[in-house]
Amino acid sequence: MPAPEAVPGRESPRTDRTVLDARDISRALTRISHELLERNKGANDLVLLGLHTRGVPLARRIAAKIAAVEGAPVAVGELDVTMYRDDLRSQPTRRAHKTALPAGGIDRKVVVLVDDVLFSGRTIRAALDALADLGRPSAVRLAVLVDRGHRELPIRADHVGKNLPSALAERVSVRLSEVDGTDEVTIS
Amino acid sequence: MKHLLSVDDLSTDEVEALFATAADMHDVQSREVKKLPALRGRTVVNMFFEDSTRTRSSFEIAGKWLSADVINISAKGSSASKGESLRDTVLTVCAMGVDGLVIRHPASGAALQVSQWVDAGVVNAGDGTHEHPTQALLDAYTLQRRLGSLRDRHVVVVGDLTHSRVFRSNVQCLTKLGARVTVVAPPTLMPSGVGTWSAAAGFETSYDLDAVLPEADAVMMLRVQRERMSGGFFPSAREYTVGYGLTRDRLSRLRPDVPICHPGPMNRGLEIAADAADAAQSVVLQQVSSGLAIRMAVLYHLLAGEGA
Repeated sequence: MPAPEAVPGRESPRTDRTVLDARDISRALTRISHELLERNKGANDLVLLGLHTRGVPLARRIAAKIAAVEGAPVAVGELDVTMYRDDLRSQPTRRAHKTALPAGGIDRKVVVLVDDVLFSGRTIRAALDALADLGRPSAVRLAVLVDRGHRELPIRADHVGKNLPSALAERVSVRLSEVDGTDEVTIS
Repeated sequence: MKHLLSVDDLSTDEVEALFATAADMHDVQSREVKKLPALRGRTVVNMFFEDSTRTRSSFEIAGKWLSADVINISAKGSSASKGESLRDTVLTVCAMGVDGLVIRHPASGAALQVSQWVDAGVVNAGDGTHEHPTQALLDAYTLQRRLGSLRDRHVVVVGDLTHSRVFRSNVQCLTKLGARVTVVAPPTLMPSGVGTWSAAAGFETSYDLDAVLPEADAVMMLRVQRERMSGGFFPSAREYTVGYGLTRDRLSRLRPDVPICHPGPMNRGLEIAADAADAAQSVVLQQVSSGLAIRMAVLYHLLAGEGA
């Protein structure tokens, strides 16, 4: 396909490059599911908490894959960290989402935080603060679909779908069919 | 949202956004640690120039659970009782670096006036007989949680409408959310000119409670505000109860799934019988816990973001 012609006086449009397609995402989540099971020696006491917005469907997908392997359901919840962010005062007011823990709670459970992109680490810091108010898990782990680097805090993921070295100016977008109607990860 | 002065200032989307945040805040109430860090480092002053238990303590707890520093000032015991003007009292307090001001005042329009003097975010916690927006929000939120949706639901508001700020705000909020509202009062307690207003705002009026009650999906009883009356609005308490009270007899004719609201404080035996106040379908105490969630949501939306 020929490159779009540059229009004088206007910036050329950013080009999206797909780094993961639907099948890649599915494979990455399957691998994470197996890693979780292996690390945890089964699905006992495992709680998957998806971080809003795209962490929630990712947590559900991982839970479905684990259930298919183990033959038993795994607890899934949603965690909203809006109130715990350290940038509340430098942004327009953010809408809070729902926090919903599975019936058994998180005390003495192995909680796996699930998010789409790991970037500065500040969302995960906020999530750890939120968890501390909700209960006392026996361990907290982190699973992300994409780790794009540029950490501002000493935080790392235990399970990563794809390490994606990126420039700070680049934009990594995760689209999931539950939210966006399509499954892909792009960088632009 | 810079201030919350009137329900009329809110779009339906903004009301829904407040309800969504309130639902999140509601969950906090069942936690062991009832604290969120969202307003850490912010200062909220509750200035109450009129007596209040539930609204003032509700705002105080809401601010504290969001980690704000909260102080309370009441007219009694403050410089206002020495003759200081409202403007000077408010400006003095705001010069101390206050971020949010929750104000209750006997004069209609006081909150709007204060919002024009100060940089802090102002919440109207009741101004005279004018408005009480957080009460309206918490009532609608309570009913929405109970009924699922308010669209096309018939809410009957009964009581002293002339002196009620709760009624004014409630009609705006309920109609905004699609509810059908009928207000019922004796002719002496129906505000003058209500006909013009009701036509524009899309609610109905009635003097006959027994005719309206069978169609109700929710009943909202209002307090008879004896302290605002100069006398002569109805011949006797007994007569008011017979015509407009939610008596044991009327309760027995109400469907058991119809929620009964009352903003409190209740005059038991006058506008609401003890049987109705304590009935399984009474949501009076849910209104109190919803009030906390709504006030947390309001303070959060007012004070958490950039430029607040």
